[in-house]
Amino acid sequence: MSENGALPHRGRVLTVDTMNPNVKKVDYAVRGPIVQRALQIEKELKEGVKKPFEEVIKANIGDAHAMGQRPITFFRQVMALCSYPQLLDDNKFPEDAKNRARRILQSCGGNSIGAYTTSQGIDCVRHDVAKYIQRRDGGIPSDPDNIYLTTGASDGIVTILKLLTTGEGRTRTGVMISIPQYPLYSASIAELGAVQVNYYLNEEKCWSLDISELQRSLQAAREHCNPRVLCIINPGNPTGQVQSRQCIEDVIRFAAKENLFLMADEVYQDNVYAEGCEFHSFKKVLFEMGPEYSRKIELVSFHSTSKCYMGECGFRGGYMEVINMDQEVKAQLSKLVSVRLCPPVPGQALMDLVVNCPQPGEPSYQTFMKERTAVLSALAEKAKLTEEILNTVPGISCNPVQGAMYSFPRITLPQRAINEAKAKGQAPDMFYCMKLLEDTGICLVPGSGFGQRDGTYHFRMTILPPTDKLKIMLHKLKEFHQTFTQQFA
Amino acid sequence: MYRLQLLAARSLIAGALDQFTPLTLTSSLTGVRHKSQGPSVEKYGQMRFSTAEAKVSAGRLDGKMREKSLTMDTLNPQVKAVEYAVRGPIVIKAVEIERCLEEGGTKPFSEVIKANIGDAHAMGQQPITFLRQVVALCTFPELMDSPSFPEDAKWRARRILQGCGGYSLGSYSASQGIEYIRKDIAAFIEQRDGVPSNWENIYLTTGASDGIMTILRLLVSGKDSSRTGVMIPIPQYPLYSAAISEMDAVQVNYYLDEDNCWALDINELYRAYQAAKQHCQPRVICIINPGNPTGQVQSKKCIEEVLHFAYEENLFVMSDEVYQDNVYAPDCQFHSFKKVLYEMGPEYFNSVELASFHSTSKGYTGECGFRGGYMEVINMDPEVKVQLVKLLSVRLCPPLAGQAAMDVIVNPPQPDEPSFKQFHQEKSSVLGALAEKAKLTEQILNAVPGIKCNPVQGAMYAFPRIFIPPKAVEEAKALGMQPDMLYCLRLLEEKGICVVPGSGFGQKDGTYHFRMTILPSTEKLKVLLGKVRDFHISFLKEYSALE
Repeated sequence: MSENGALPHRGRVLTVDTMNPNVKKVDYAVRGPIVQRALQIEKELKEGVKKPFEEVIKANIGDAHAMGQRPITFFRQVMALCSYPQLLDDNKFPEDAKNRARRILQSCGGNSIGAYTTSQGIDCVRHDVAKYIQRRDGGIPSDPDNIYLTTGASDGIVTILKLLTTGEGRTRTGVMISIPQYPLYSASIAELGAVQVNYYLNEEKCWSLDISELQRSLQAAREHCNPRVLCIINPGNPTGQVQSRQCIEDVIRFAAKENLFLMADEVYQDNVYAEGCEFHSFKKVLFEMGPEYSRKIELVSFHSTSKCYMGECGFRGGYMEVINMDQEVKAQLSKLVSVRLCPPVPGQALMDLVVNCPQPGEPSYQTFMKERTAVLSALAEKAKLTEEILNTVPGISCNPVQGAMYSFPRITLPQRAINEAKAKGQAPDMFYCMKLLEDTGICLVPGSGFGQRDGTYHFRMTILPPTDKLKIMLHKLKEFHQTFTQQFA
Repeated sequence: MYRLQLLAARSLIAGALDQFTPLTLTSSLTGVRHKSQGPSVEKYGQMRFSTAEAKVSAGRLDGKMREKSLTMDTLNPQVKAVEYAVRGPIVIKAVEIERCLEEGGTKPFSEVIKANIGDAHAMGQQPITFLRQVVALCTFPELMDSPSFPEDAKWRARRILQGCGGYSLGSYSASQGIEYIRKDIAAFIEQRDGVPSNWENIYLTTGASDGIMTILRLLVSGKDSSRTGVMIPIPQYPLYSAAISEMDAVQVNYYLDEDNCWALDINELYRAYQAAKQHCQPRVICIINPGNPTGQVQSKKCIEEVLHFAYEENLFVMSDEVYQDNVYAPDCQFHSFKKVLYEMGPEYFNSVELASFHSTSKGYTGECGFRGGYMEVINMDPEVKVQLVKLLSVRLCPPLAGQAAMDVIVNPPQPDEPSFKQFHQEKSSVLGALAEKAKLTEQILNAVPGIKCNPVQGAMYAFPRIFIPPKAVEEAKALGMQPDMLYCLRLLEEKGICVVPGSGFGQKDGTYHFRMTILPSTEKLKVLLGKVRDFHISFLKEYSALE
């Protein structure tokens, strides 16, 4: 690069030594070094470099469409109509799609998805979201004023954490997160300079959440920070568990007792596969516990267009529902989101379709249901398949994938491999995953990127590749693990 | 006090006071608010009351009051410090009035004309057909078989989809953006500037705002006198001050020269820099060209001086060039900072760290809702670039529809392509209308006694200076309000015109302004300007009578 060629007369303003130290602390394994290496290998393959495999299989990120899942036709029809309203005259589009598009456009400035919306999101979309939540939760009221549309769920989560982060030293906000966790949480905590407070999920009990562990973690944290907020991911990422109603109740009681703000990440709410498991929203459980709780507990729950059966990650759609937030703080929240103007309007429109999908009697209903069911049952099948095959490998043990899109198996690594990794300054499971990538082309994320109990090793893999590819992948993984174990025995 | 009650009864001040100065409310004034009859006040009162009630009843159930865990006292203080006037109290008020009109309420006007925000489509500008065709094709690729879409649109859509995982706009892209699009952007910049552009220096963003915040975030460090200072023009686009507050950096103001058509004066830069060095470490200078809210277009010489200054004082340069296609004055031309830097020779071009920003929201496309944008970052330390990519990756990627829209802007139909003619027509018609409205606005405003408006050389805004009589200033101060806020609230309440007070952008002490967009249709713009004139004249009369 020519710009780096000449010796500069002046020093750089911005160097690793002078940059924001909080940014340096940020880590985001899902797109970390392993993924960068995977991209490089893909390029090498394209350039004809010989490898012991023909393609890289990316099971590192919950990106359904990239793994071949087809978009829901109805959603895309409406989106096309919104983008290019001239198509409203095209008789190839069903009436229910046209009605939805017209309704969305009518609530956009100048009838265009190119206009800014209010920062909180389009009015009619927020109303639809509230109606959806009310339906989902068995009639418990939801107020559109409490709904904020977001740029994917991540944006909402970072925004709420930003409001909560304050204090210095021992009064600095502590944020309780599960370990293993989705690294958006640890990354945002680092970026905001808040204090990460770990509570460990119980791997032996299918990654369930244990109240005594919450208590332990809180007590320990109070020695050095001010824990104010408790984050829950249900269904779990990366751990795939679905919380029982009882567990949620216990968490709410705990939050009430300890005066904690609750953040419930519920983006996988439609992804529940295991028999006997059911999704319970925190909001619903909270309100069923009576006014003593429902009037007090500050709760924000998050949803998104990126997961479930739609997998529309690229649209960056999402919403949050904010309950019992102080009115003045809400005004501050509205002000803060206004600086970014508004979430992308196509993402808002898509969110609307998710919460206002075709109903029985509408022309698109059947196709929609067929597509939706096909996606969800394929995922259920792959969840089962993944668990079964992985559990046949000696040295790998995998909890049932009750929900979400990931399996997070525990792997036993030979001591020699651990030593070698440490000599290289690598986490042992990073060493394992790198070698897996180099030898087989399979791209997974090491457990260390999500957090795990000391001395245990894991990886996260998505269950998103098509069944035949998933089978190949799991068998390659099996072979690799056996060879690896022998090699380092 | 009488006038305060009068204003309160008009429900003029309630919303504004809630937003701005809750601490300065006197009890008598609070009393006035509660007695007043405006719909907003009533609603606010109810909301507060019910909140209090809920607290009380919860307390009863529990036997003790549970404090909210997140209150104004325990909120991130940097968030509290953020202000963003473009969507501030005046806009909240405007929305309330609109709702009131919808519900059949009577006002001395039949509609609110919103000239507060650069939102072209909301003001009736039509989307560029070609851009929307490509986005529709990307969204619903079944349309590729439709004969009603031109081949050049299909070709672009196919190319974008080939850059997407699983051929879908629903997949995540790389965090820097789709590689094809980054290459198209680099080619566009190269063609625009005649200067090489490396696609690996291009990062797609969620609108330009996102890129600006990200770069600032990298730059903010240090404590006390070593805390990062960010030099911004005054008047500025309040994204900058808001971001600086949020990140707890130090805002370093340099004043644009209103008497010289808002030109940037290099002596003023030195002054601001020297003064700031006493209490912080100025590390970055932000420039908005063409200017927002001030509408000036910088000369090449001025840009050279700024770059030389940045070079000498070791400053990182951020150039906000989202209005690069919006240049109207015949004697003005857009010069990119990148190009000027190159022309200053390798000593400069190989050392000054520069990030420049562009977006889909302005120009002739006005596609704000897609949240598309990019930044080009040159001379950034390679290790810092790694950190930048890591930081971006946490948010996964910018919206793909926005990336697609950005691609169409940098890769528009060419003369030999089927959509060229229509595209070109639509583009010129938008830009031609804007140029006409820029002229019109300046002319009409300058005909009003007590209003003085610099030429709108570019961008989408006029930022006229308004004379506010001393009595009105006094009254505003008694209300704990900026005088131009009082002016704008009354303009809104009496005429239904929504503009943003100059105090939201910053201005020299003792001067008052407002920002208005030139986006309403010509016809509506004339109505708007006429109403501003009438209002201003009666405002002057009213307060002069009190002298």
